[in-house]
Amino acid sequence: MKTLSVLAGGLLTTVQDCGRDGLQAFGVPVSGAMDTYSLQWANKLVGNDRCLAALEMTLHGPSLRANAHILVAVTGGVFTVAVNGRPVPQWEAVCLAPGDELTCGVAVRGARAYLAVAGGLAVPQVMGSRSTFLRGQVGGLDGRALRTGDTVPVGECEERALLAGCFVPKSLLAPLPLAVNTVRVMSGPQDDLFSREAVLLLEQGEYEVGVESDRMAYRLQGSPLMRRADTAIVSEGIAPGSIQMPPSGQPIVMLADRQTVGGYPKIATVIGADLPLLGQLKSGDKIRFETVTYQKALMLRCEQEEKLRQQPCRVSSRREFMVSTLGETFHVKASEVIH
Amino acid sequence: MVRFLSAGESHLIVEFGQAVDPVVNQAVHALDWRLKACPLVGLVESVPAYASLLVAYDPLVLPLETLIAHCSEHLHAGDAAEPQVHETIEIPVLYGGEWGPDLSTVAGRVGLTSEEVIARHAQVVYTVYMMGFMPGFPYLGGLDRRLCVPRLAMPRTKVPAGSVAIAELQAGIYPLESPGGWHLLGRTPLRLYRPEMSPPVLLRAGQRVRFKQVALNEYAHIAAEVAAGKYVPPVTQEALVTA
Repeated sequence: MKTLSVLAGGLLTTVQDCGRDGLQAFGVPVSGAMDTYSLQWANKLVGNDRCLAALEMTLHGPSLRANAHILVAVTGGVFTVAVNGRPVPQWEAVCLAPGDELTCGVAVRGARAYLAVAGGLAVPQVMGSRSTFLRGQVGGLDGRALRTGDTVPVGECEERALLAGCFVPKSLLAPLPLAVNTVRVMSGPQDDLFSREAVLLLEQGEYEVGVESDRMAYRLQGSPLMRRADTAIVSEGIAPGSIQMPPSGQPIVMLADRQTVGGYPKIATVIGADLPLLGQLKSGDKIRFETVTYQKALMLRCEQEEKLRQQPCRVSSRREFMVSTLGETFHVKASEVIH
Repeated sequence: MVRFLSAGESHLIVEFGQAVDPVVNQAVHALDWRLKACPLVGLVESVPAYASLLVAYDPLVLPLETLIAHCSEHLHAGDAAEPQVHETIEIPVLYGGEWGPDLSTVAGRVGLTSEEVIARHAQVVYTVYMMGFMPGFPYLGGLDRRLCVPRLAMPRTKVPAGSVAIAELQAGIYPLESPGGWHLLGRTPLRLYRPEMSPPVLLRAGQRVRFKQVALNEYAHIAAEVAAGKYVPPVTQEALVTA
């Protein structure tokens, strides 16, 4: 069987797919990739179905050695990715030869990157998914993060070396964090429990991702959003992106490993199309919320799905030229030719 | 009055009220049951809670209006195929001592003996109002009002798996070791969360539960059978009393 040997696990590297559907009624969280857009593109690049299991790395990636010819692709945030010490591009399929060492280094921009392999990661399915749920200690590699000495099994698939060099055009790359990040939300479900001022504050204030932020939730720091007095809700199911308001008034955004039920009222919910961007934020990053309508949220979600239905560019869309001008000759490489 | 609240573009909350009430909760489970019995393309899953049902759906396949219409249609429809009996599962509990370190404190606070607390805890039939916040944790309704005590002022950092606990008017069982602020009356040898099995949890929302006091030797015997995968908890069938 093809495998990847873990030379160093990185800060927090876990196996993730698109998550565990259908078990929240039993209290089992969904889990899955924090940036599902990048996960799906990593899989497409290596010829997989979009939701196969891949590695999600956080802030500092792992070092891995291939024991066979394995086609891989790294998407998501900008990390210092190299093969045998030589930098290799992200958002592009790369063929590893037996003995090759892939190092993913540090996050230069964004917080998470995704490493997909042709055939997907072949860890056992637990409750219908290969996603690691750390608190529940299930999925992935024994329910935990990768560490030195682990062996990651790679699924069987037909020869796909021809896909090497295929890449995602610039226009389709995942949005990465800026100095201040606009995150779009829909009001509710409990915006009526907050004062008009609180709802306005949510839009006008600037929030910072707190240090106590993980795959379960991000704690935000900024203007406190006070609830009306004497309001509380009985515990109910929690949608991804829910902005919960505990009594402190400091928002908590619920993410992939969120608990299945909770009793804090939710002033707004981050729209599906902006959840991948949230997955790329780290503590200290800044957020501004912008309220949109249901129609707009749906349109943005459709646009994202359209992007995910595009095909990667073939190697042949790259061109090299010799350009001579004023007696000098330049060697020009066009990384992408847009028609 | 039922309200439909959007939580983003791919989740709908069907809210039946804001009370922890058996009649309201039964309405939640009835809708959940009907939605599962009549699958709709694009409906991903539904998550019942005390007084609401969260419905996850794919809005690119299933328009919100269609989903709301589907839910409305199934709100009141009596379905002939609906279960007419409910199961009551018996949960063995070793009360007190190191297994239930708060038993005597609770007894002192409510002015009963430890034996009386056990008797009151074990004599009622509970309803699983909802599952969560962790895999396999049942929120049980029906606790004797005399046993109502507030949560611990200082939550424990470690509650052992299997701990049978109460807080305010709720009863529950911790499926995994975790922090917790409820009072621990005893411990069950049963596994409430077993990810390798299908379904991965022992209990589910809408089910009935009864506790049965066992002695240490019986606890150890059941624990060994559970470890060997041989223990099947006693289940009684009772006719469903419609509220």
